[in-house]
Amino acid sequence: MPLRPSLRFLRPLLALALGVAALASQAQTLRIGLAEDPDVLDPTLARSFVGRVVFAGLCDKLFDIDEKLAIVPQLATGYQWSADNKSLTLKLRPGVTFHDGEKFDAAAVKFNIERHKTLAGSNRRGELAPVTGVDVIDPMTVRLNLAAPFSPLLAQLTDRAGMMVSPKAAQAAGDKFGAHPVCSGPFKFTERVAQDRIVLERNPNYWNKDAVHFDKVIYTPIPDATVRLANLRAGQLDFIERFAPSDMEKIQAEKKLKTSSITEIGYQGLTINVGKSDKAKATPLGRDPRVREALELSLDRAGLVQVVMDNEAIAGNQWVPPTNSWYAKNVPVPKRDIVRAKQLLKEAGVPNPSFTLLTPTTSDAQRIALVVQAMAREAGFDVKIQAAEFATSLNMADKGDFEAYVLAWSGRPDPDGNLYSFHVCNQPLNYAGYCVPEVDNLVKQSREVLDPAQRKKVFEQVAAKVLKDRPIIYLYHRKWLWAYTPKLQGVREIPDGLLRVSGLKFSTAP
Amino acid sequence: MSSVLPILSTSPMEAAPAGPWRRAYRRLRKRRAALLGLAVVLGFVALALFAPWIAPQDPIATSWGALRKAPSAQHWFGTDEIGRDVLSRVIWGTRASLLAGVVSVSLSLLIGVPLGLAAGFIGGWVDAVISRITDAFLACPFLILAIALAAFLGPSLTNAMVAIGVSAAPIFVRLTRGQVLGVKTEDYVEAARAVGNPPLRIALRHILPNITAPLMVQATLAVAAAVIAEASLSFLGLGQQPPAPSWGSMLNTAKNFIDNAPWMAVWPGLAIFLLVLSFNLLGDGLRDALDPRQR
Amino acid sequence: MGEFLVRRIAQLLPTLVLVSMLIFGLQQLLPGDPAKILAGEEQDPQVIAYLHQKLHLDDPLPVRYAYWVGGVLRGDLGESVRNQQPVLHLIAQKLPVTLELALLAMAIALVIGIPAGIVSAVGRGTAWDWGANVFALWGISTPNFWLGILLILLFSVNLGWLPASGYVSPLEDLGANLKAMIMPAFVLGNAIAAVLMRHTRSAMLQVLSSDYVRTARAKGLDEKTVVLKHALRNALTPIITLGALELGTLLSGAVLTEQVFTIPGFGKLIVDAVFNRDYAVVQGVVLVTATAYMVLNLLADVAYIAVNPRLRH
Repeated sequence: MPLRPSLRFLRPLLALALGVAALASQAQTLRIGLAEDPDVLDPTLARSFVGRVVFAGLCDKLFDIDEKLAIVPQLATGYQWSADNKSLTLKLRPGVTFHDGEKFDAAAVKFNIERHKTLAGSNRRGELAPVTGVDVIDPMTVRLNLAAPFSPLLAQLTDRAGMMVSPKAAQAAGDKFGAHPVCSGPFKFTERVAQDRIVLERNPNYWNKDAVHFDKVIYTPIPDATVRLANLRAGQLDFIERFAPSDMEKIQAEKKLKTSSITEIGYQGLTINVGKSDKAKATPLGRDPRVREALELSLDRAGLVQVVMDNEAIAGNQWVPPTNSWYAKNVPVPKRDIVRAKQLLKEAGVPNPSFTLLTPTTSDAQRIALVVQAMAREAGFDVKIQAAEFATSLNMADKGDFEAYVLAWSGRPDPDGNLYSFHVCNQPLNYAGYCVPEVDNLVKQSREVLDPAQRKKVFEQVAAKVLKDRPIIYLYHRKWLWAYTPKLQGVREIPDGLLRVSGLKFSTAP
Repeated sequence: MSSVLPILSTSPMEAAPAGPWRRAYRRLRKRRAALLGLAVVLGFVALALFAPWIAPQDPIATSWGALRKAPSAQHWFGTDEIGRDVLSRVIWGTRASLLAGVVSVSLSLLIGVPLGLAAGFIGGWVDAVISRITDAFLACPFLILAIALAAFLGPSLTNAMVAIGVSAAPIFVRLTRGQVLGVKTEDYVEAARAVGNPPLRIALRHILPNITAPLMVQATLAVAAAVIAEASLSFLGLGQQPPAPSWGSMLNTAKNFIDNAPWMAVWPGLAIFLLVLSFNLLGDGLRDALDPRQR
Repeated sequence: MGEFLVRRIAQLLPTLVLVSMLIFGLQQLLPGDPAKILAGEEQDPQVIAYLHQKLHLDDPLPVRYAYWVGGVLRGDLGESVRNQQPVLHLIAQKLPVTLELALLAMAIALVIGIPAGIVSAVGRGTAWDWGANVFALWGISTPNFWLGILLILLFSVNLGWLPASGYVSPLEDLGANLKAMIMPAFVLGNAIAAVLMRHTRSAMLQVLSSDYVRTARAKGLDEKTVVLKHALRNALTPIITLGALELGTLLSGAVLTEQVFTIPGFGKLIVDAVFNRDYAVVQGVVLVTATAYMVLNLLADVAYIAVNPRLRH
């Protein structure tokens, strides 16, 4: 029925309205499968890797990292070190509000940094240790004052230490904030059912809202990798993290899903008790660096990667992968050398050393132990395997009640995060009990040097010493294995293994 | 575990010892299902005993070149994630599973029967204390008890057996006590008491032999449940540790590869199924055979 | 009856206290320092010290027990240290899920177990008996986690008929809820079907050879009526009470089944809490389920005796 001329203009408007209504009714939900149930969703108290995956959609931070591990702006748009490198001035992004409507400004930054440093139970204290105070210069400028220059600071601000929560909400909730977090990310917290789902909804006032194409994000923890993948294949999820390496072949053969294979910033290694307790003296492995060298030389890293990780890992011998710009090229990955290994053992006077390898009961740790046992046997090692539940093994390691321990680390963007806690005297993650003053000084020095080229030189010196002493034998660097529906576009392969939700969208093409 | 408890426990046996057993044996022979069960169980026992000679290959020999190969002439059941022969591991694994079943239940009997005897026979506050403790154990979910105990003791086959044995003991306490209460008032017990037998003698010589039948039935069924319990604990990483084979730990590893190497899960799962089914059939057959009310 | 009830309730209380001590002791005896596990990746010594203080970890065992019991009596079961949610809140969230799973599993068990028991009893000694036996026993002979994974592979991945995991509230979408629950309920119900089959069979056999059935047969009633009207009705009574007890066991959480199917119920909650050393959660949940189990036991006994007065002694 033709409309009267005066009303004809309504037709396109009507079409537009219908179109908009159609789009609105097609609320787009992104369903993500996680490998574990996150812990408390409070950036100050959070302590797990998987929690950071959720934070990527929920809480913006001062800076972020990109695919090359370079620092990029997020809530802070620029930074400036002072002449003596003892204070960092940050320029903040204007027009940002928290999910509860509160303004994001320098006062909020000050509040957050202080909260990270003072809240009881805060896990961020070590990360922000050198920060002595925060000054508000003006609403969009803030200055962090340090006790000494601290080059890893910017990298810390790309993770939880740089996450900003609404001061009003945090003050009201105190340490219960994690039950209902209020941040400023692309999505805001809607509900959480423990071990079932975490639901986030679009933040309409997000500063970068053009990059956000979903209305809802639902994170579902599914610990069993097979079941997680089954969910994705069955169409109940759109994206899963950390699928099993052995499934890669099948997924690629099926050609129904897209995958990402990203080298991590962490590592898998063998930690050796060289001084944590008396057990260090009890075995030749703990006493004599030549025996440790022999152990390293008896291992075929390529073989390990193939058998344990189905080639979804790259061999490495340092706390950063060989592809990382901080890798110390002066100590390359050694090749397997049984002859030299046997020779070293003979020199050390123990042709058939024996030690116990502690492994948590996770499946790849156990496989590593088995393969190491078989490989080392060829050089004369008699490796006994002792399995313990993860919680127990961690306690044993902490007490020094072990000789060698299969342990991995999820990694931090700045190499200091992979180094300091592990090799400096008496640090909490220094299970090896390694304590060499020269190394301590070098590592501390690396923290105070800001120039990357100079820092690299210091790291090379650290590598030369630490990799000779071998408190940790680094084995390889795993790959983050993601699988997702082909219609998901915009997936950014950032080496920290966290999925950035901004920029993701479903392609409309069939 | 409590699901296998026969709440409708059979009534106590008649006093004369020889007759019912002979009759029971005859009845058992007529029940084909039970005989089949017995045959399979004995078959597994033989597998376990003669494993070193029957298994074609070394169960812990790894082979980097033969990772997760499908069943073939060389490896009838295929290979696992580090190249070990699945058939040999299943055969050797019989030892662990049978051991887990039998040792756990033996432990349960060792703990449960004396306590049940004491509670039923002595009565009074001894009974009250034992019964309340038993009730408390039974109120906690069996698997949780076992998990907590196994975690406490450390993951190993031995500790898993202890954990299962201790967690299942309350069932035998209850069963024994119930049986003793039923038999306590029988004439022959009164007679024995009248003659002046000391209580321990009455308990061991007169009461115990007459309540063994339902205990045997329950024990057989409990072995079945214990094998599954071991598999469950291994599934959670708390049972037999590598490289020693056990069906449960094989399933634990296999679940990660179920899509691209299903044979790793099929054979141990099938083995568990057959063994447990056989014990169940045997146990049911025993119960029927020993029940005096059935022809 | 009244005396019986009073006696049983009087027994309930000390048992409950013992349960609380048992589960508390088991948790606290788990090796290692829980603060270290709860301190996560960073292992910050200050956080560990703080957790020690917050959880009274340095106090002697009886004192910690007193703190916990004191809280319980006030209605405060503590909170999960891992994600800071109150235990009561977690229980309220997960109880309906596990309850639904238990009821569905029970329903399936009844549907499989009772007919199997009848067939087995009526066709005693024949192939029917044997077949029904195996059919029902299959359930307790298979590790449920193995069966679960196989079912997921078949029905979710390959056929796409059912969802692989997850839970949708029945209030939200009953269809989706049932589709998600059917496989785990089947896996669980399978095992209980076997127990029900056994008891149905046993009770039926007992009844079938009894006097009044003989009378019914002598009266000329056809076999079907004899079986269904007379025998079954009398055999059902003990089965109902048994059913109530099994429900109690189910309520304790089908630990592994929930793990495999990712059903957010009690079982999954407890297992994760044990491995994460989240004491308060394990203690609180076990206390609640143990109480439920004992109450159900009591009700079952009451029902049994109410129906069968000869058993009151």
